[in-house]
Amino acid sequence: MLNWFTYLADWITFSLLGLASESRLADSVHFFIEDTSKILVLLIVLIYSIAIVRATLDAEKVRYYLQGKNRFSGYFLGSVFGSITPFCSCSSIPLFMGFVSARIPLGVTIAFLLTSPLINEVVVVMLGSLLGLKFTIMYIAIGLTLGMTAGFLVDLIKGERWLVPFLAEKYQQTGKLPELDHTQQIMTLTERHQFAKKEMLDIFKRIWKWVVIGVAIGAVIHGAIPADWFSEHLGAKQWWSVPVATLLAIPMYINATAIVPILESLLLKGVPLGTTLAFCMSAVAVSLPEFMMLKQVMNTRLLMFIGAYLLIALSLIGWLFNAVNF
Amino acid sequence: MKNIIVYGSGCKNCITTADLITATAKQLNIDISLAKETDLQAIMEAGVISTPAISIDGKLLHSGSVPDQSKVRGILES
Repeated sequence: MLNWFTYLADWITFSLLGLASESRLADSVHFFIEDTSKILVLLIVLIYSIAIVRATLDAEKVRYYLQGKNRFSGYFLGSVFGSITPFCSCSSIPLFMGFVSARIPLGVTIAFLLTSPLINEVVVVMLGSLLGLKFTIMYIAIGLTLGMTAGFLVDLIKGERWLVPFLAEKYQQTGKLPELDHTQQIMTLTERHQFAKKEMLDIFKRIWKWVVIGVAIGAVIHGAIPADWFSEHLGAKQWWSVPVATLLAIPMYINATAIVPILESLLLKGVPLGTTLAFCMSAVAVSLPEFMMLKQVMNTRLLMFIGAYLLIALSLIGWLFNAVNF
Repeated sequence: MKNIIVYGSGCKNCITTADLITATAKQLNIDISLAKETDLQAIMEAGVISTPAISIDGKLLHSGSVPDQSKVRGILES
């Protein structure tokens, strides 16, 4: 089905614009048309469909489900909910406090918060449409594991010691768990449609220009850089390329959307899979403003721990995937 | 006179929400006093976990998104 976009790009590049099929320019133009049309159409369709399904899922409901759960199933559920619950990044602090004050294990909350930006519908749709199903499933599995492990480790080192005092106090209260009232929200199909339409339009308006910019950069790389340049200079043999990629990606959070198409063309030019994965995950997961915000609820030590964990874990993942050929 | 509080850390969504309430109240000729609560501890005590959230006379009526105009109208007329 995705072939349609290739045909569309063929038709525009070669018939409409009359570019010669072997030229670099034609290569870039073809790449640009195919990818932008494919991503934008898929985003519209899939974001709408996802939103219809999860219209009634919100943070309150997740908190209600997670409270009082066993720690280990909690890490898993926390990561899964993190990947499917939408929330604005400016909500992450109130959410963190709300979870902690309901005495949900700190590790479960961390698993939720970490997975949330890592696995979101936009990134998943883009990875799926550009890098294929296998890469996307791998990405999701690694994302969930990364979240669960972080949660486990934070509880292991007793991270609650490093919460800000007023939260630590709430968290360490003993006795009956604070009761949460939760009313099941029922939505009609029309309401779901309204919600999904708004969600789709909001997301589309926010990201379409980044898609175009990202694909444009990808297209230039695609046409202009010789095929083996990257594999010679940034290949699997240069072990340091993985941590460097992870670090370089930190300031890129601003437009994770723009990064996926660039990655696609880098992969095609021979940058190894592990390096690409590490870069992609780091760009999406680690955002500096988010970290600065978290300083309001936890102390620098816990923050540094999480940062260091991500850097090390992502490097390990990168090296592993570079060493093993999938 | 309705006492309205918009909870949020001060991001764009919260400001949009507050502006929307002011404009809608004016349209409906409803007398309100609107405050923005950005203090984290106060947000937590109010039981808000996703922002922007709106409370009227101490009752939490909406949270987690910028409401649309009809929702705001519903909240104000309740």
